Amino acid sequence: MTPSTPTRTIESPAEQVDRSGTGTFATRMLGIATLITMGWLVAFGLGFSPADRDQEEAVRIMYVHVPTVWLAYLAFTVTAACSGLYLFTKKHSLGFDRFAGASAEIGVVFMALSLATGMLWGRLTWGVFWQWDARLTTTALLFVSYVGYLAVRGLGGSHHQRAKRSAIIGLLAVLEIPLVHWSVRLWRSLHQEATVLDTDGNVDMDGLMLFSLFVGVVAFTLLYIWLLMHRSRVMAMEDQLEDQGLDRAIDARRAEATS
Amino acid sequence: MNRWRIARLVALKDLRIERRSKVLTNQVLPFAGVTMVMFAFALDASNLLERVAPGLIWLATLFSLLILVQRSFSIEGEDGALDALRVAGVDPVAIYWGKSIALGVQLAVLEVVLLIAAVLLYGAEVPVGGVALLLTTLLTATCGLACVGTLYGGLTAGFTGRETLLPLLVLPVVAPVLIGATRAVESALGTGGVALSEGWPWIGLLAVFAVAFGVGGALAFGPLIEEAT
Repeated sequence: MTPSTPTRTIESPAEQVDRSGTGTFATRMLGIATLITMGWLVAFGLGFSPADRDQEEAVRIMYVHVPTVWLAYLAFTVTAACSGLYLFTKKHSLGFDRFAGASAEIGVVFMALSLATGMLWGRLTWGVFWQWDARLTTTALLFVSYVGYLAVRGLGGSHHQRAKRSAIIGLLAVLEIPLVHWSVRLWRSLHQEATVLDTDGNVDMDGLMLFSLFVGVVAFTLLYIWLLMHRSRVMAMEDQLEDQGLDRAIDARRAEATS
Repeated sequence: MNRWRIARLVALKDLRIERRSKVLTNQVLPFAGVTMVMFAFALDASNLLERVAPGLIWLATLFSLLILVQRSFSIEGEDGALDALRVAGVDPVAIYWGKSIALGVQLAVLEVVLLIAAVLLYGAEVPVGGVALLLTTLLTATCGLACVGTLYGGLTAGFTGRETLLPLLVLPVVAPVLIGATRAVESALGTGGVALSEGWPWIGLLAVFAVAFGVGGALAFGPLIEEAT
């Protein structure tokens, strides 16, 4: 092979990547839609919706808390589904693996946000940051499990090694969730402490409050799709860069040998 | 050779290495013992210690489990023993069962020693009526812990940084075992006046856990170690 051949094959995809970025017309439109609904959420959550009779202004935390919880569970469901699709389809497409990984990253961030906002709300409403309630405890363990999942993705190895390993962990997490929830619920039912407020929030909800919550869920779901598309494209680029890095190193050695 | 026979051979191999290297008796058991003493320093009140003894037994077991799992797969990593087993065409399900059994036997020894330590150091008492529940709890919890330990040990085997990753992965998964086994042992020992009959429902949880991870682990272990090299 002549030394000129490798230089051409290396540089052309790199230039192409530089120009294209991860944005497309669809993601830009989605981004604008996300911004608009987020603006709505701010207006309805902080402005138009009334303060609650019991929780007073603290109820406004709910407009962020509920959508983040919803988003985290949605993200983890997508991770599990994509893990299954990677493992059980014949093609073993790395695209599914990247979606699973990107979704788990977003899920972990939003689960952390929902734990934080939940604690703030708990401090204002229950008087404590944390209750050893079944739902809270399961959520905390779930959060740690997915932090572990992300650590497994970072172990290294080839792309398909990473994909297979993390897909198995992603599916085991699904096995683990009901067991953890069941055990924690049993544990709590035997050791019930003083009154824990109804965490379902099943109070008669004002129409405007319900609408604000709905806007929040829509806004955060749009944000999720937008983040997922960008993140999985960035991951594809990272994979490509890694592959090219290896090729480049091989070509450099080859060039040394021929010169 | 059928699968069960291979599993037995793998288990015997692990236990033979253990008997010759004496890592369990010379390192893991003393570690578990010193953990029990440290718990006593942290919770400086003898009546409190008796109250929380069942939980401390299982916490010490979980910490020691992490060491045992690492040991179980570091002997496979040396000289590429696990690769050699795979290349020799040994059924991965049999390897999984074999290593789980060997790990389970070591865990059982450890738990009995920790129980004796709790009786001696924390003043826990074992009533005659609770022995059956106690033994059933030890058995089912050990099966679950051994299955999970071997599965995640296989997952992280052969990677740098596995020592730090293993606890993060294993501890959230075994939380149900900690909860279930602690409650069951509490009622077996009658700690804090918990009735004996309250312990048996927890055995159900422990058994479901052991079966779920036993089956899941056997299915996942083959693909995992194939890719780990």
